[in-house]
This record gives sequence, structure tokens and C-alpha cells, in this order.
Amino acid sequence: MENRFRGSVFMQTKMKRNKKNIKVLVFSGYGLNCEEETAHAFERAGGKADIVHINDVIDGMKKMSDYDILAFPGGFAYGDDTGSGKAYGNRMRNHLWKPLMQFIESGKLVIGICNGFQILSQIGILPGAVTFNESNRYIDRWVDLKAEGKSPWLSGIETLSVPIAHGEGRYIAPKKVLDDLKKNKQVAFRYYKGETSTYQNLPANPNGATENIAGVLAYDGRVFGMMPHPDRNLFSVQRPDWPLQKERAKRAGKKLPFDSDGLQIFKNGITYFG
Amino acid sequence: MATRIDVTPTIPDARAHLKLKTFREIGGTKVKAVHIADSYLIDTDLPKAGLDKARSSLSNPLVEESTVARQLPKKFDWAIEIGFLPGVTDNVGTTAKETIEDATGKKFKEGEHVYSAVVFFIDGKISREVAEKIAGTLHNPLIQKAVVYSANELKKIKNKPPVVPKVKLSASSKVLEVNLEVSDAELEEIGKKGIKDSHGNYRGPLALELDFMTAIRDHFRRLRRNPTDIELEALAQTWSEHCKHTIFANPIDEMSEGIYKGYIKKATEEIRRNKGKQDFCVSVFKDNSGGIVFDEEYVVTHKVETHNSPSALDPFGGAITGVVGVNRDALGFGLGAKPVANVYGFCFAPSEDTRKLYRDSAMKNEMLPAKRIAEGVIKGINAGGNQSGIPTPHGFMLFDEAYRGKPLVFAGTVGLIPKKNGTRKLYEKKAKVGDYIVMVGGRVGLDGIHGATFSSESIDAGSPATSVQIGDPITQKKFSDAIAKEARDLNLFSSITDMGAGGLSGSVGEMSRESNGASVDLEKVPLKYPGLEPWQIWISESQERMLLSVPKGKWKELSELMKRRAVEVTVIGEFTNSGRCEVSYNGKTVMDLDLDFLHDGLPKRAQYTREPNYRGTAVYELSIHEPNKKELTEYVLKMIGSHNIASNDFLAKQYDHEVQSGSVIKPVQGAGRVTGDASVFRPLLTSKRAVVLSSALFPHYANLDPYASAAAALDTAVRNAVAAGASLNHLAILDNFCWTDSYNPERLWQLKEAARACYEYATLYGTPFISGKDSMFNDFKGYDAKGEAIQISALPTLLISSIGVMQDAEKAVSIDAKIAGDLVYVLGHTENELGGSEYFRMRNETQGAVPQTHGAKNLKLYAGLEKAIQQELVASAISVGRGGLAVAFMKTAMAGKMGMSVDITKSVKDVGRSDLALFSESQGRLVVTVAPKDKERFEKLFKGQSFEKVGTIGGTAISMKAGSASVQVSVEDALTAYTKRFKNW
Repeated sequence: MENRFRGSVFMQTKMKRNKKNIKVLVFSGYGLNCEEETAHAFERAGGKADIVHINDVIDGMKKMSDYDILAFPGGFAYGDDTGSGKAYGNRMRNHLWKPLMQFIESGKLVIGICNGFQILSQIGILPGAVTFNESNRYIDRWVDLKAEGKSPWLSGIETLSVPIAHGEGRYIAPKKVLDDLKKNKQVAFRYYKGETSTYQNLPANPNGATENIAGVLAYDGRVFGMMPHPDRNLFSVQRPDWPLQKERAKRAGKKLPFDSDGLQIFKNGITYFG
Repeated sequence: MATRIDVTPTIPDARAHLKLKTFREIGGTKVKAVHIADSYLIDTDLPKAGLDKARSSLSNPLVEESTVARQLPKKFDWAIEIGFLPGVTDNVGTTAKETIEDATGKKFKEGEHVYSAVVFFIDGKISREVAEKIAGTLHNPLIQKAVVYSANELKKIKNKPPVVPKVKLSASSKVLEVNLEVSDAELEEIGKKGIKDSHGNYRGPLALELDFMTAIRDHFRRLRRNPTDIELEALAQTWSEHCKHTIFANPIDEMSEGIYKGYIKKATEEIRRNKGKQDFCVSVFKDNSGGIVFDEEYVVTHKVETHNSPSALDPFGGAITGVVGVNRDALGFGLGAKPVANVYGFCFAPSEDTRKLYRDSAMKNEMLPAKRIAEGVIKGINAGGNQSGIPTPHGFMLFDEAYRGKPLVFAGTVGLIPKKNGTRKLYEKKAKVGDYIVMVGGRVGLDGIHGATFSSESIDAGSPATSVQIGDPITQKKFSDAIAKEARDLNLFSSITDMGAGGLSGSVGEMSRESNGASVDLEKVPLKYPGLEPWQIWISESQERMLLSVPKGKWKELSELMKRRAVEVTVIGEFTNSGRCEVSYNGKTVMDLDLDFLHDGLPKRAQYTREPNYRGTAVYELSIHEPNKKELTEYVLKMIGSHNIASNDFLAKQYDHEVQSGSVIKPVQGAGRVTGDASVFRPLLTSKRAVVLSSALFPHYANLDPYASAAAALDTAVRNAVAAGASLNHLAILDNFCWTDSYNPERLWQLKEAARACYEYATLYGTPFISGKDSMFNDFKGYDAKGEAIQISALPTLLISSIGVMQDAEKAVSIDAKIAGDLVYVLGHTENELGGSEYFRMRNETQGAVPQTHGAKNLKLYAGLEKAIQQELVASAISVGRGGLAVAFMKTAMAGKMGMSVDITKSVKDVGRSDLALFSESQGRLVVTVAPKDKERFEKLFKGQSFEKVGTIGGTAISMKAGSASVQVSVEDALTAYTKRFKNW
């Protein structure tokens, strides 16, 4: 199983392309709900993003192969009924398994954020699983992440502060898988006590995730899933401490930058092809 | 035959772990372990291969195992199975059905379903009585069924075929003629108890009083026939207080135009006239929500609803239905606004209030405990908002024992819609003659017929279907996206409205006025289960439905789009210009009502008010002593941790306020995560503009002085918004009156006084009302623990919500102190005004002068603050509200996790006593912090106004001096007191 997640060498050939022509398919439908901000993030990063209902892909009205990046955004597909990501993941598996595998094997990129991550792990293209938070509560708060694995999605990122918002975000995997993840540099992010959790005095790990894992990688780092939301830290005014940062900047004669850290993930996706 | 699939976790289960804790609270340490199984009862024939596919698609092998049969843990003594009663919305079951259909490729037949249940296995030698008690905490008998099995009992029936909780109705589909040519007493009886069915049983209250019944009889006398049951039900629904707001519409005392036209609407009309070109209202009072200008291209809408009675019965279902219901008010604005934010408000009894209350004299029908109501409501708002992908940036909780009988649950939604699509105005709509009448979304069942007290007498006693509605956010999300993100911009329909209260009757009745007529074929309406009678189909309040008016030429495109989005759409009739609402069932006319009579036939009623004897007064003798230093410190900490002031961070943490990526000022702010009074968000990712939301209510002032209570609510809602960065020139408000016992002239007097304040302050501030809703009977009539009759009336509660637009989100201001050395200012004047205040209520002082609102003075002050914020001179700002200056100072310091040293001795001189100065709730005040270098520029803006520099930010303690008294608490201790109360909620 682990080999499948790693992919093979010949697939790593990069496809050089003009940045403006990098096309992103952002999935929607059945209760996914972060498709607009995810598409906006990719557009702001220089790509061309289309929001596409999964049924339009199943019906053949849109083809995954016409795109460079597949994005599974956050949301509440099927209301998390029967388990988060399960029903949407099944729909992908039942109808789009082949084109999805072809897409991945052609060396392109896939990202799943929050519910998107849950979907990718239910489809079975990311190792491990995400389940109920230790508190068994839905939690919305900011977390701090340390980048670790090897992936085009993580270029130039060491740490990142972004929000989480989930009821089932606790990452778990058998010991063997965890060992392999480490060995193969497939842990994308771990929670740590950084800027925002220190600022608001919150525990580093928000959900009891095994070994503080917040996101994982597969297929040479091209398939990427994370529970936290980089799409919710695109602008400085989204940060919980921005009024304080603004006040400090103002008194130092500076201005608050407009863009914020989460954007880098989306830029990385676009520049991978450029 | 039905088959069961059980899914159980194979890893340590967080859900079971938490349940173990709560079960131990009841069963003690005898409870050793808890296991939970998710159970799916599949009511269709599937071959083995299909069942295996179903099983594997319902479980994740990494963390769960599944079996086709009941799965019993190795060791257990009791099992409690919780499933839904027949006919109750089962969202998990629906998803499981779709999942199985998708995995197996087999479509379920009409009437076939999947029924979900959860089984709690308890390992522990507890008695059956204890197991039953635990079961009691796991379900609500109005919507769910709990079955307790001992291990042996369960093992015995393990292999027997499971019972399917299917709805079976024995309806005759017959339409009855109701004879109104009877005595007045009999007419009254019909109005009160309802129409008699063919067995002679009453169907449930029409809530039509004699004058209405007589008007209906006279109308049909002129037509020389009797009404059908469906006609009478439709009239009862259309003329209900809920839909016609008769108390607000009818003449009252000398005001022939009534409260609504004479105060609320009039205020808006005057303001719009005065503003002239600066008028920012786009569509007010005529649509599902009110709409104001966002920018040149967009309109932002707002609507706040209440869902009080349903939430008292089924707190979770009532609240979730409230949220998804008001979401449809955004979607039903113009041609479909996208919901971009939810707001909430709860008035609960404190959970310490453990009075037992019963709805019936036999004391069998017990009210849920206050804590259960609160928990259920909180969870319902969570599920409704989070699952719909709509952020919840703002809300409040307020506690008083008066809300024990009926909680108040407010739910509001802000929407966003482009002004135009090409040349077509999207904020207007009109159903055209010849358009199809199209029902979108969920199917119709018995939900909500005659409110939540639907009697099961009229249906098969063996399988009563419940009438309580439970929202289904995903069904709604599917059509909400399809309508507001696709169909609207393809011009596929000409009108849209929400199908909420009154169901088809309400929405078709309403929309038919646009074309002046409608003709409906009732048998075309898709049903949840067979056997509904025509009148039931017409007035059912089954949720998650919208009504569209679709030009015939667009039907194909619309229906194909909706099919691809997995949304059910059905043509049920056609709009006409007959001036009538005609309904047929299988070709036979069952209703034919004149539209004018349907909507305007109800007789007017005169209403009279009477001023109550008791009112608050400025002249009173203070019964409480001035506290010494130790007591004062105690009071300050007690105040910051009191019900209405303590941190409700637990709500902010569980209500997603970041989705849609527009969060600016969050519900909890600063390093200390202190609850703010206003929130700011950007509804449009490509614009710097932001929406400011706030709200305020002072029901504790209302019985003392309803006029002052309403003025304070309006003033505070405006002030909170301005403090966060809103502009007075672009600020609108909404009213929600939740009154009690409203036929009582004294209550009506309070209502009229409150509405008068609304008119006067709205016009003074130039803040138009854009939408409102009232709920007039928030009274509980039942029995106490001794079986004695008791009435509990809520406090007369007026919620004012505000919505403003600011040009640059970056200018928004948070409440936290930011930099040591900053100056602390009090804006506004403190007076001896503590009637109904938190402090007086804490010390059981029942008298006192209620805070008065000096509008003209305040307006000037707020204009100064707005300028200061625009010039970026304000580092933090907070309204002075409940708990007075003491609380505002502490919140500022705690939010910034910085100390503060202030001296309000000057105010003590005005007020007379140090504790009164610290806790006075005088309106029109704010606490702001300012950088020392901005001192002069800031002060210049308030020249000639009441303001005072009272101290500085710094250190680790909050030190407040008031005359000879002083208090000093560390920021840390303050935060501990502040966060304690709801820590484990």
C-alpha cells in the first residue's frame, strides 16, 4: 500500500507551462463549501481556477485531464453523515477512480484541505485516516504548523499559522505507516506551539492528532492533504492578532501587508509547473 | 426484507470516552466501559454482493469494522438503541441511502429508506432503572425512541427480523366540507379545536377567534357554499398571528395605522426621505430579507428570525430549523442572495434553575431541564451553520429565570447579491402569468402541521408520525448553491420565495399576488410517504423547500441543471391572473379562494393599552450598603464571571466563523480571547469593504421602563457597530420583538412604548429599520412540581440588530488594549442609572432609575469616534454595557492581557457612590485606548463633549480607583473569573 502512495521516478517529470495557463479544477457539490475561497486563492496565486460540480465530471461535461491541479476544498460533504469524507470519497471511487489515477500518474498535483483531506484519505490515495477530535467537538481556532516533508506544495515554507475548523480532524495511522511516513518524508505538517497558539494560549495540538500530524503527502509529495485551512489566511486582516500587528506597524511607520502566509501553498502549486 | 449493518470503531473512540464520563455521572463507577455502534437499517432487498458493497462504503477499514447483522461487543450488560420516530427527518439515513445507491447502482423503490440508529453498549452492573435514566439523557421522546435491552434480551432477538420505523398513514384523501352555518358557540369551537375529521376527532387548533370565523362564514354565505377543510386551513394559516402580525398591524389606541406602520415603517420612510441621494436602502420590508447597498455592484441583506416554541420542545431540531430557515430568507431575497453570515442569540434560564415543570396537569409531559434546552439549541445552531458553510461571526447569550418556560432563540442571516445581471435587476422579482409553479428541495410530510403539538389521533395510532421539524442543511445546501450560484445567473426563474411557515399555502399564496392568481395540482407534490390528505400537503411545514416561478421556456434547462445537482424540482401548477388561488386534487377542485379575501379579508381589531401601576423611578431609597474594599473586589470578580458577562468562548470555538475566508474582527478578540460586541467580515473576496454586525437587548430594563429599554437596545446596537468601525451614514437596524401575553393591555402598553422609542431613536440616528419579526406570546402555561397551574412569561424582549458597511476592513477596531503606555479614555457621561442593571440584580436591589438614552448628545459623540477611527487614532474601543465601566475596563485589559490603571473619581462625584459609578449602566459611553502621541488630535475631535482621560495601559494588574474606593485585580485572576462559568460547556 505504501508504495502506491510514493509513486515512481518517471512520473516526476515536470510539465513546464506558462503560469497563466495553469488550470485548477476545484471540486464542489453535496455540501463542500470552501470552493470559492480555494479558487480565489489559486487565482490570486496566478492560476486559472474553475469550480466544477463532481456530477459534471462524472457526466463527462468536464474532464480532469484538462487540468493541472485538482483541489478538494473544505466543507461538509453529505453533512459528515456516516463519517466525514466517506460518501464523497465513495462517489469519487465509484465513478472517477480511473481518471483520478491517470491524473495522479501523469505527474500533476492534488490538494485536499480539511473535508478535502478527509475525502482523499477515504478515497485511499493518502495514507492513514482522520477521525473524531479527541474532545468530540467541532473546533474553530488558529494553529501553528511546522513543515517537514518533501513536496512541491511546501517549497519555501518552514512554519505557517492558519485556522482549523473541524469535528473530525484527528489524524491516526498504524505504527508501520507512521514509520514509513517519517522515512519517506510524507509528513507535510505537524502542529507546534508557535505564534498564534502562544498569543492566545491555546494547546499546540487541537484535536489529539497522532504525533501532532496535521497533513500528509503521497505520490512524491504531489498529492497533499491537510486539516488546517491555508485558504483562510490569505489576507493579513484574517489573522487573530492583526489589530495588534497593525498598531505595532503603524507606530513603527509601517503598513500591514495585504496578503498573508496561507497564499504560499497555492503559489507553490502554480509555480510547480512554471 | 430489511437488513441491518452495524459499524463500530476499532480505535479508541472519542465519542464513547465522553459518554462514559456522562454515564458515570448517573450510574457511578459501576459503569466500566461504553461502546458505540452506528447502525443502519436498510429497507430494501440487496443481494449479498450488494450488502458487502454497502458495508464497505459505510465504513473505513482503517478505523472501523462493519457487519451485516447486529454487532455485539465482547462484554456488555446493557444496550440502549436510539432511533428516530417514524417520519422524523433522518439525515444520516438519507446519506446512507444515497451512498448505497451509488455503490450498488441499485435505486431504492418509492417508500424504501435507510433508517439510522446509534447503539450504546454499557459494560457495567447497573440496574434497569439506571439504564433507563441514562437512555433518558440520550434522546428526546418527541422525535426519538430509546429501547433499553439487557445483554440477554438483545442476544435473544439478535437474529430476528428488525422492525422498520416506517410511517403508515390511513388517510382517506378525502376533502371535507365544513359546515359554518352553525351557532356562534360551535363556530368558536371549530376555531379553537379545529375541524373534525371523519371519525369525529378534532384535527388540531386553527387558532381562529370568533370574529375571524364569522368573517369567513359571511364570505362563504355570499358564495352560497360552505368552505372545504383545505380552504379553512389555508385561511387559518394565512391569517395567523405568525403570518399576518395582527398585533403590529391592527389599530392601537389612537393610532389607527397600528404600531408597524405608525412607528417602524414610518421611521424608515422618513429616514429615506431625509437622506435623499444618500439613501442606502435597496429593498426594505417587502421581501424575505431587507437589503442595503454594499457597494456599486452589490447589495447586502439581513434578516433575523426567532424560533422559540419549537426550540422549547426539541431544542436541537428547533434551533437547526431556525438557522436553515433564515438562510432561506437570504436565498429568497430578490432572485436569490448567497448567505454570507449567520448570527444567533439565546435567552435561556440559568442551568442552576432546576425547577420541574409540566405541560399537563397529570404531570406526565415534562419540560426539558434548562441545561438540556441550552445544550440542544447550541448544538442546533452549530450543525445548521457549520454544515451549511456559512460563517457565524456574531451572537450572544442572555440568562434569566423568566426564560425557563420558553427560551428565545434568534437566528439571522446576512446575504450578498449583485444588483444586476446584465440589465436585469436581481433585487426585484415578479412571477408572470403562465409561469410554472415549481417546488424545489425536500419532500412533504406531516412536519409542523398545526405547530409542534400535532395530535396523533388523526393518524394510525400504531405509527404516529411526529410533527417536529428537523433541518437538513445538506439538502438545502445543494439547492442553495444551485440557485444562488448557477440558476439565478442563467435567468432561469422569474421569482423565488422561501417555503417556511405555512408551507405551500403560505408561499404560493404570497407569490400568487405577483401575477394575481395561481392554479395548483396538489397530487403532483412529491411526498415523503404516502397517505397524506390534501389539506396536510397544502399546509405542511416540511423544511428545505423553496418556491420558484419558472417561465415555461426555461423549465427544461432548469430541471436538467437541478437534476445534475441532485436537487428535486417539481412543477405543481401555473401562475394565472384569475385573482384566485385555485387548488385541485386529482382533477377535482378542492380550494378556490379569492386572493383579496385570502390576504385582506381578516377583520381589523381594535387594541387598547393600559399603563401598569408599577414602573421604575428615579426616586427610590437604596437598600444596599456601599461595599468595603474586600467586598468590592469580590463583586468585581463575581460580575466579570456572571452569566450575562462571562466568556462564551466555547461558542466562538464551535461555530465556524472563518469559512468563506472573510473574517476580520472575530467573535472573541485579543490575546485573552474576550467576547466582543460587534464582528466585522468581508463578504466579497475581491473587495476591501467589510460588513459590521452587532446587536443589543436590555430586557431587564423592560418591566421598569419599556421605552428606555428599547432606546438602550437601539443605542447600544448602533454604538457597538460604530466602535468596531461602522459608519453612521451606512448603518441599518432590524427589530425582533419577543413579547408576552400580548392581548393584555398592560403588555400592549409596554409594546407601544418600546415601539415609540424605536421610531424616535431610529429617526434621530438616521438608522433605518430594514426588516423585522415579532413573536407575541412567549408564555408558558403549565404545572409546577406540586401540580399547581403556573404561568411563566419571558421578559418583554426587544432585540435590535445592526448591520453597517465600512469601506476599508483594515480600519476595523478590536476591543483589546494593545501597547503599554496607551491612554485610556471614557467617552460619554456616567449617571446614577442602575435600575435593572447587572449590579442591582446581583445584589437583589429591585428598584432604581433605568438608564436613559440622550440621543442627540450620543450622536455627536459617535460622529467624533467615527472620525477618530477613520483617522486611525483609536487603538481599541469597547462599548460600556452590562456591568458598566468596571466591566468595560476589565474586558479591554483582559483582551490585551495587559494591566491598566484608571481613576474615575470625577464620575463618583456625579453619581454619589463609588460602587454605583463603577457599575452604572448609563448609555452612550465607550472606553477607548489611544497612543500618547495621538492625544491632542484625538481630544480635539471631542471638544465640548463629555469625555475624560482616566488612566493608562501597563503592568499586569487592573487597578480601578473610584473616589475613596479602589480595586486591584491581576489580569490573570480576572481572566480566571471571566472564563470559569462556561468552561465545561
